[in-house]
Amino acid sequence: MTSSYSQYRLAPQRGTVGRVLAKGSPFRRLDWIMVLSALGLSLGSSLLVWSATRGRDSLTHGDPQYFLLRHLTNLAIGLVLCGIVVLIGSRRLRTAVPVVYVLVVLMLLAVLTPLGSTINGAKAWIQFGGGFSIQPAEFAKFAIILTMAVVLSARVDAGEREYPPTRSVLQALGLAALPMAVIMLMPDLGSVMVMGVIILGILLASGAANRWVFGLIGAGALGAGAIWQLGVLSKYQIDRFAAFANPALDPAGVGYNTAQARIAIGSGGLTGMGLFKGTQTTGQFVPEQQTDFVFTVAGEELGFVGALGLILLLGVMLWRACKIARQATDLFGTIVAAGVVSWFAFQAFENIGMNLGIMPVAGIPLPFVSYGGSSMFAVWIGVGLLQCVRTQRPIGI
Amino acid sequence: MSNIPETGRTQRVTIRLIVLQVLVLSLLATLGGRLWYLQIRTGHEYVEKAAGNHVREVVEPTVRGEILDASGRILAGNEAKLVVSVSRTSLLQQKDRGKAVLARLADVLGMPAKDVQDKVRLCDAKTAQPCWNGSPYQPIPVTKAATTQQAMQIMERHEDFPGVTAQPTSLRRYTGVEGANLAQVLGYLSPVTDDEVTKSKDKEGRERRLPVDQIGRAGLESVYDNDLRGTTGIDRLEVDNLGRVIGSAGKTPAVPGNNLVTSIDARVQKAVEDNLAQAMVDARKAFDKDTKRNYEADSGAAVVMDVHTGRIVAMASAPTYDPNLWVGGIAGKDYESLTSKDSNYPLLNRAIQGQSAPGSTFKVVSAAAAAQAGYSLNGNYNCPSSMTIGGREFKNFESKGYGSISLARALEVSCDTVFYGLAYDQWMADGGIKPKKEPADWFFKTAKQFGLGAKTGIDLPSEATGRIPDRQWKQEYYDANKDAWCKQAQSGGNDYGTLVAKENCADGNQMRAGDAVNYSIGQGDTLVTPLQMARIYSALSNGGTLYRPTIAKAVVSPDGKLVREIAPHEDGKIPADQRTLQYIDEATKGVIEQGSAAWKFTGAGWPQGKIELHAKTGTAEVFGKQTTSYLTTYSRDYAVVMTMSQAGTGSGASGDAVRRIYQAIYGVDDKGNVDNGKALLSKPQAELPKFNPDGTAVHPVSFFLDPQQPTAPGAPGTLTLAALEPTTRTAGRGRA
Repeated sequence: MTSSYSQYRLAPQRGTVGRVLAKGSPFRRLDWIMVLSALGLSLGSSLLVWSATRGRDSLTHGDPQYFLLRHLTNLAIGLVLCGIVVLIGSRRLRTAVPVVYVLVVLMLLAVLTPLGSTINGAKAWIQFGGGFSIQPAEFAKFAIILTMAVVLSARVDAGEREYPPTRSVLQALGLAALPMAVIMLMPDLGSVMVMGVIILGILLASGAANRWVFGLIGAGALGAGAIWQLGVLSKYQIDRFAAFANPALDPAGVGYNTAQARIAIGSGGLTGMGLFKGTQTTGQFVPEQQTDFVFTVAGEELGFVGALGLILLLGVMLWRACKIARQATDLFGTIVAAGVVSWFAFQAFENIGMNLGIMPVAGIPLPFVSYGGSSMFAVWIGVGLLQCVRTQRPIGI
Repeated sequence: MSNIPETGRTQRVTIRLIVLQVLVLSLLATLGGRLWYLQIRTGHEYVEKAAGNHVREVVEPTVRGEILDASGRILAGNEAKLVVSVSRTSLLQQKDRGKAVLARLADVLGMPAKDVQDKVRLCDAKTAQPCWNGSPYQPIPVTKAATTQQAMQIMERHEDFPGVTAQPTSLRRYTGVEGANLAQVLGYLSPVTDDEVTKSKDKEGRERRLPVDQIGRAGLESVYDNDLRGTTGIDRLEVDNLGRVIGSAGKTPAVPGNNLVTSIDARVQKAVEDNLAQAMVDARKAFDKDTKRNYEADSGAAVVMDVHTGRIVAMASAPTYDPNLWVGGIAGKDYESLTSKDSNYPLLNRAIQGQSAPGSTFKVVSAAAAAQAGYSLNGNYNCPSSMTIGGREFKNFESKGYGSISLARALEVSCDTVFYGLAYDQWMADGGIKPKKEPADWFFKTAKQFGLGAKTGIDLPSEATGRIPDRQWKQEYYDANKDAWCKQAQSGGNDYGTLVAKENCADGNQMRAGDAVNYSIGQGDTLVTPLQMARIYSALSNGGTLYRPTIAKAVVSPDGKLVREIAPHEDGKIPADQRTLQYIDEATKGVIEQGSAAWKFTGAGWPQGKIELHAKTGTAEVFGKQTTSYLTTYSRDYAVVMTMSQAGTGSGASGDAVRRIYQAIYGVDDKGNVDNGKALLSKPQAELPKFNPDGTAVHPVSFFLDPQQPTAPGAPGTLTLAALEPTTRTAGRGRA
């Protein structure tokens, strides 16, 4: 493996298009396998969202394409955001992290003020006019990744230390804790859970001492045990949590959702009932089917073949993301990539897992697939971050 | 490779990144595995669940087939009634669990509020009728005879009657056409039980029971339920999560049930029922010298059988009841009454379930047995007034003696001692009290060959077998009762029962001389059903063939096409050669002309010269009760059997009734004049009734019509025949 910085140069005097397409330009150096698999997921998911919503008159205001169009619009915005991130580039991004962090924390705080609005029991949204709303917690995910990456990698990338020192770890955890605490107040426990896993992935990738990694896992386990033992949760809440395994515990709520999701997926069989032909989907038996339970549409209408294809696409994307993390030239890039991998992977596992009835039900969207603007924007910004990490490294690696 | 690769990264980070990657990919593999398990491994379970989820079945009741008599008269039909039903599900959702609504409903219907409440409660082990034993999700009928005005009141004030509906429904109607009751033969319907619905859940079409279905529970309704019931229509609607209809998942149309043509003639049936009832009334007026009180005549039965086919022309059982009591759910007090001792169980069909000793009517069997055993039909046998056998004196009826007489005369005058002698002789020949290894047992064997001691196989449920008390039965009976007998024997009493118990305890398993001789005249432990006797006397009439008795002749589609013919079935021959048959024929004719029944037939103006009848009377003694009257008769076409419990002698109690039945059938007046125009059925009806294209029967039936022919040009029958024709022709050419 040889590297040569001399090969990295901008092509001489060409048009804009020429510059973008020139050898060695960021565009040419994107990980196209990953971008295309993410794009494939997003485009394919528009059919699933369409199928799940075209009959839901109460939501679509009578326009069967309502959600399809909005989903595609969200995707387009997401792609633009991704492009912007790539153009900013890793180096400049690193200096902008404090701004991102402060902005996101302010947005999160704004949710708690009367500006925020409540959906499904969590005050987690800011509504703008025209039915447009954002969920700042989604943005907090990449904000935490970036912030922790900056803090943890500073001394290492400067060549002062081999691993992040205790001080940096504590700083990073402290910075991550603030937005998480705000989100906890909403309360949006699902997002907090995702962030916990992201932090774990980041500590792992940063090379921080084992005691931090295991300490965090231990703290999580202790916390869960304490909640269980101290009776903080009522029986009803425990039943809700356990209903994924035994729908009879909460037959009208989560249990119903779980049972219907399982029926939808199970009845799909090998090749599914065909798009728009699933009886569970057309009969609207699965609540939240365009968002958290969108995977059931794939399961019922496209069958094992289609749903496994979806999982494989996610796999390809995550495999490429892992590769980017491994090939990053500095610790900042490594942490960012590993953070994004942890984020996507956990959300995908938790979401599909709850659809399949092996994970508790939590309001966590399936990256690239679930309907929802903030989530779509955030995951494409995540893709942008991964591409930054890749384009930053020298050619030839 | 150095510890710090060109990425500037330590080995620890590299390893951790690989761990992260492995972790991520194994999570995805877990998802894939679970997906396979749900969709491929257990997918079929969920397909069913999904169907149950989104498909709602709307049931369209079908019309039950009619039961027709031999000329197409409707015995059991249908009529539209306004049925008021209450949905339990809806009641339970109301604050007071529907009490107020039921009270209002009772008011409108003019019924006691408690009756209405009782009708809609569910049956269980502790709840007696009235209660609902159908599905709790099915609307429960409160009344099936609402007036239009009541129905309007309920439907107009719907807000006052949540969960209550009033709509026209097709209900069973037992027509009583020509005055024929026929309750026990027709049977009745009742709603399916939850259990039956669940058990047939996976079946298709007619086999599947739905909560609205009514099932035949007795009589023809039960045996031919599958033919009559039809297929309930099911409209399978696809619904969404709110129950809104979003499409159709297929429809099974309602198919009306087929009609059942029987061999019953409603008019003959009426005559039989009336004469049986009258005979019982008359018997109750007669004084019984033995018990010093009037006869009780508590129950009775009569059968008219077509001797050439075994088909039943009429079958009556007394006491009887109104079969329409069952329609729309039987009322509590009616059910109680029908199943109580006071009413003497009118649900029983005593023609096939009533068992009693046949008395002397059994002697035709004994005569055939004697012939089989080798006794000469031409010989004379001694008929003393009494015989002492095994230390017991066996007397003739009214202690009469006739000297040395022929077997035929013994039948005519019903001389018991002749048969005692023959049976005793045979019993001795078989080894007496120390029987041979393989005794001939002619008298028992012959009875079984006459079809006694076994079901006749008639197309009615719960037929009794009767009983031939042979050696095997004696042993089995002894084994079952020995302990009780011996216990009673030790009690030291001196009454008749204890004495019998003593005797039985000692050697009740043995065929004693007394058992053998008593059996030969149809007494003792012998039991027969009226139908068994009708079948035997039919065989005597038709030259010896035992037919399987049938009531149904054919199953006919609602548009009048033949679906299935129920052909007469020969079960075998009675063990009597032509000579024996002729001999018995002559003897039973003598019973009418100068024997024990003469005073009720030729003596009462019966034109024996024009229409020859044969008979045997029987008067069976029953321990602790008055005598059973048995009269078994036949003409060239019909066998008529009548029996009554505690009613006196065979000829005395039943003679007039049976003669009048023949008078009605053949159109004979009291003076013996025969008027064919008044005859109800001078020949058994062989043909099926003719049907109009709409399925209704044409009355009256003309003998010239062939039921196989299409009823009108262009009727479906024509098409079938035409379709068959070319094939036949092609085959013919091919051969040429």
